[in-house]
Amino acid sequence: MFRKLMLLATAGMLAIGPAVAADKVKIGFVTTITTPAGVIGKDMVDAVNLAVKDIGGKMGGLEVDLIIEDDGFKPAIGKQKTDKLVKQNDVDFVAGFIWSHVLLASQKSALDAGKFLISSNAGPSQIAGKLCHKNFFSTSWQNDQTPMAMGQLLNQKGVKSLYIMAPNYAAGKDMSAGVERVFKGKIVGKDLTKWGKGAQLDFSAELAKAKASGAEGIFVFYPGKAGGAFIKQYAQAGLQGKIPLYSVFTVDSIALPKLQKAKMNGVMGSMMTQFWAPDLDNAQNKKFVSGFKKAYGRYPSFYAAQSYDTIFLIKSAVEAVNGNLSDVNGMRAAMKKANFPSVRGKFSYGNNHFPIQNFYSREVVSDADGVWTTAVRKVVLENHQDTYAKNCKM
Amino acid sequence: MDWVLFVTQILNGLQLGVLLFLLASGLTLIFGIMDFVNLAHGSLYMIGAYFCGTFTDITDSFFYGIILAIPATAVVGVIVEIIIIRRLYSQDHLDHVLATFGLILCFDALVHFAWGPEGMAIPLPAILDGQIEILPDIVFPTFRLLIITTGLTLAIILYLVITRTRSGMLIRAGASNRTMIGALGIDIKTLFTLVFGAGAAMAGLAGMMISPITEASIGMGNDIIIVAFVVIIIGGIGSVKGAFIAAILVGFIDTMGRSFLDTFLKLLLSAESAETAAPALSAMLIYILMATILIFRPQGLFPPRGR
Repeated sequence: MFRKLMLLATAGMLAIGPAVAADKVKIGFVTTITTPAGVIGKDMVDAVNLAVKDIGGKMGGLEVDLIIEDDGFKPAIGKQKTDKLVKQNDVDFVAGFIWSHVLLASQKSALDAGKFLISSNAGPSQIAGKLCHKNFFSTSWQNDQTPMAMGQLLNQKGVKSLYIMAPNYAAGKDMSAGVERVFKGKIVGKDLTKWGKGAQLDFSAELAKAKASGAEGIFVFYPGKAGGAFIKQYAQAGLQGKIPLYSVFTVDSIALPKLQKAKMNGVMGSMMTQFWAPDLDNAQNKKFVSGFKKAYGRYPSFYAAQSYDTIFLIKSAVEAVNGNLSDVNGMRAAMKKANFPSVRGKFSYGNNHFPIQNFYSREVVSDADGVWTTAVRKVVLENHQDTYAKNCKM
Repeated sequence: MDWVLFVTQILNGLQLGVLLFLLASGLTLIFGIMDFVNLAHGSLYMIGAYFCGTFTDITDSFFYGIILAIPATAVVGVIVEIIIIRRLYSQDHLDHVLATFGLILCFDALVHFAWGPEGMAIPLPAILDGQIEILPDIVFPTFRLLIITTGLTLAIILYLVITRTRSGMLIRAGASNRTMIGALGIDIKTLFTLVFGAGAAMAGLAGMMISPITEASIGMGNDIIIVAFVVIIIGGIGSVKGAFIAAILVGFIDTMGRSFLDTFLKLLLSAESAETAAPALSAMLIYILMATILIFRPQGLFPPRGR
């Protein structure tokens, strides 16, 4: 009897399943919620929720069904969660992904199942080049682009010698390679520090070396909690004013409130490069930044900006086919046009579906309310396409 | 070689060493006296850092923050000992590992619940936030110098307590033969609780000393506890003197590896492979040291007498 009931119930669920799916757009969002890196994931989830609220919870007449998953900062779990979203939830879009190694492990699960995959942050060279796929889109950048802009900025500033510090893993090496490719001066020293489990957070030995090297600038890439730690020690070692700090993905609106609380004035005026900043002048960005500050009481990070764009990119696809989610070709063609209001302003997609966009120099400043933030200074690279696009046969 | 850089790196090594000593001295006593493997020692390091951050916030002074956080961490240690650890002494090491691993997860979750996932920055007073010129040309961060003095002072106090006082004698006796001092009518239960509380306070102090440099974050203790175990194994389990010498040794070797290994490797390898190999190799140096010492002296450098 019990077994029969179960069978009936299962059959019933199977029958209902597709009917429910048809009037909803299902979006799976994979990010990091646990571990100290969870603070990045929180910013992304907040931005996605804000975007869904701003569009009234609907796209092309369909309700938005958002499913958030935690990758635990591990490639294996990211893949598991992607499999779950694809098979169990049968989502239409898989989005998110902070980490390049998590995205690389998960991409096949989503793409082989014929789903759209949208990276809201990670931009590994493989996916921009040989592994490019017609159903993959990025709302961020390719890893090398931001440090290349930094190399350009250093040349423009006439910096002659540079000391480089980055974590010893794939993205850390990409970032340092990106700067080295463009920077024309001399690299007087370079440290790749331990990363991953048991990552090094005390940089006393490296900073002493940087000081002894007599470099005219120090370039760092330390995402997440290592960034705040680095900047504090940079100031405590008295390097501020002696060796100017240039960074990528290190000083963001996740690190700044904590630095301000710890009174780390050393970070003021330090330069970085990025495709976006909270004060970038366009209507969508103003709406996003003021909405985010109102809802959560803090500045959004670039992670949040990219996540906000993700929802609007998906919306442009669903509306182009009037909510007919089976029209995959129509949705892809719509996304390729990048015809949606982006917080970075107008941009276009390259053949590998990575944005061709401007990169700006940004400086750490104090805003009208005395809150530390970053301000755009000027365009360093205009309409820049990544170097791997030529390896993409698409 | 640039002697300014060399002296600075020696000071950096010493600073790392005394920090490790604060953590390892409690660990080695707990392991040595109670024969208890406490993986959760790193959680007390984390709790100390968070307490210090909160008290610094409330009192607006880093000094008061530390003064309040040390007893608070000791109290947490004592409570944990009475409620959980005490029941585990009679079990074998595998049960210790399982139970204290569970404790780590509990502590991490509690901190996440109480303070959130984003970590906590601890502001330093202006007097500690600058640099001091110790010798001509050698400019060193004031706060790191404070860590060195605090660590060395504590090491001296601990030495005097252990060699010159009655409780120190009991601690030494406990490390040599715990059954015997129980049989002699010493209240071993209270002794264990006190040692655990003191160990917690010292681990907490280490956390308070490092968090203005790195910041307090969830799981910060889990990374360093492995190195603390390396220290007590090198020094000889149960020996505070061994823990001190091993901690300084490990601090020096780690710092010197990070400073000079890549220059050295560049003499042998191409620049590119030296750059990649150096951080990997310098991270391994302390384990290589431990393995070498274990081959020649499996009991560690200074094991307590009578074992």
